[in-house]
Amino acid sequence: MNRGPVILSWETEMKILAIESSCDETAAAVVEDGRRMLSNVISSQIDIHTLYGGVVPEIASRKHTERINRVADKALSDAGLSLPEVDAVAVTCGPGLVGALLVGVSFAKGLALGAGKPLIGVHHIEGHICANYVASPELEPPFTALVVSGGHTTLARVTDYGEYEILGITRDDAAGEAFDKVARAIGLGYPGGPKIDAVSDQGKDDSIPLPRAKVDGSEYDFSFSGLKSAVLNYLNSEQMAGREIVQADVAASFQRAVVDVLTSHAFAALEKHGEKRLALAGGVASNRHLRAAFEEGCRQRGIELFCPPPILCTDNAVMIGSAAYYEYKKGVRHGMDLNAYPALKLGESV
Amino acid sequence: MNIIALDSSSGVAGAAIYSEGRIIGEYSLNHKMNHSRTLMCELEELAGRLSFELNTADAVAVARGPGSFTGLRIGVAAAKGLAMAIGRPMVMVPTLEGMACRYQGDSRLIVPMLDARRDQIYSGIYRFRGKESECLYDAEALSVTSQIERLNGLGGEAVLMGDGCDAFAREIEEQLKIPYMVAPVHMRYQSAAAVAVWAAEHFEPVPAEDAAPEYIRPSQAERVKNGG
Repeated sequence: MNRGPVILSWETEMKILAIESSCDETAAAVVEDGRRMLSNVISSQIDIHTLYGGVVPEIASRKHTERINRVADKALSDAGLSLPEVDAVAVTCGPGLVGALLVGVSFAKGLALGAGKPLIGVHHIEGHICANYVASPELEPPFTALVVSGGHTTLARVTDYGEYEILGITRDDAAGEAFDKVARAIGLGYPGGPKIDAVSDQGKDDSIPLPRAKVDGSEYDFSFSGLKSAVLNYLNSEQMAGREIVQADVAASFQRAVVDVLTSHAFAALEKHGEKRLALAGGVASNRHLRAAFEEGCRQRGIELFCPPPILCTDNAVMIGSAAYYEYKKGVRHGMDLNAYPALKLGESV
Repeated sequence: MNIIALDSSSGVAGAAIYSEGRIIGEYSLNHKMNHSRTLMCELEELAGRLSFELNTADAVAVARGPGSFTGLRIGVAAAKGLAMAIGRPMVMVPTLEGMACRYQGDSRLIVPMLDARRDQIYSGIYRFRGKESECLYDAEALSVTSQIERLNGLGGEAVLMGDGCDAFAREIEEQLKIPYMVAPVHMRYQSAAAVAVWAAEHFEPVPAEDAAPEYIRPSQAERVKNGG
């Protein structure tokens, strides 16, 4: 990483073309000054991966390569811009599937070199958090953020733009991953999150006793693999006993257990740090039951809740364009040696 | 005609710039598989040293495969970004034909072999008549023994190229009956300059948005799903 000048004020608006390819969505967007979405193009591969019951990394990488130019072209044309009119190119450089990340990173480097534009590598989770800057123009640091998605579960304090203090992460499965695995076990299929969310409406969320895991010695860390195993054990024992499994009850009880853990950790952290603002982010933040639980909990505690609309919760490039703006302002520039970093930690420089 | 060429299909990460019938610069690294860190630095360095304006290129050529899946994508995705930025088409160069191009004018059988893992090679068999190449067997994934049997059947003399010669040196020595030479190290592996030359001679431009690697092999998941 090179350091460019730290820029304290802007005379003109800055437009960033952002690329995201860390998992199974090929996405591009143009974002102005980190806050205004000029375009948002997402090409989902979900139909293809559904055939395999989950994301197949090699197939995801192949599809990204096929689609990325059309997605980027559309992001520019939807914004009414040509490439020379944007001020920088941003790309997700981690964490994520390494092969998938490499497509976006390589493509963005070609774009930046060919167009003579600065290049900014962006952390995917930072992006998710920054989706809130686009959705809520009034939101400014400091605040607490909870990112919940298929690949990540992270609770962090956002102390300033681009400055993070990680409070808790998952020690095993991400919350969304647990949704997928449980959905598969009860025959709902992939992707698990939306399916469990929908079917839970017909179920009783206290019908099956399930654990709310704590991680020893780490107040805010998460663990979802025990919960997933408890569901699988329950299914197994019911089948052995010849009892009928009520899909909706299992889904509702599991979902309630996940939501309970997420809310209790987040509210404990908010209370401890005297923070009054909470921002949700990530694909699982679209879950209606999770949103309802946070809305209720925040209302009771006098906490202001921020949550982007579902289109900015799922993987997208708008969030990358927003995060890149604040990184750029701090002087971050990347060279042609920018790599993909599959296990990049939030706040870690590359 | 000006052509920017990239090849990151296996061990070599190479960039070259072809201008008006000459290779005006080539950069080639064959050290570690960290093409994502090196490939575009090579091109940036070359263009800078040569004061070559990237947007004066008529096309961006890239080794399209076969080769390492990830390696191919690093090169092809970078080329797609570059081509979009300069508003020029791409030329998708078959990896093995690009390699064979180094032996243009040689009348022997030219046999590039890339280590394809899973006890296979990506290989084809080519023969030149002057500058014109004839493809006797097109690129495919097969066992080294199968390719050696073909060569034994064809007769004549052969030049073997690629990292498959290193990976399967013993099989080649034991089984190949026709006279052959393993290309010397400075001629054995992929070269972006050869990619540029192939592209200049077979100028078949494709729009950057349609360009994709030619993997030859489906992904593991597809193989399993289809019972392969």
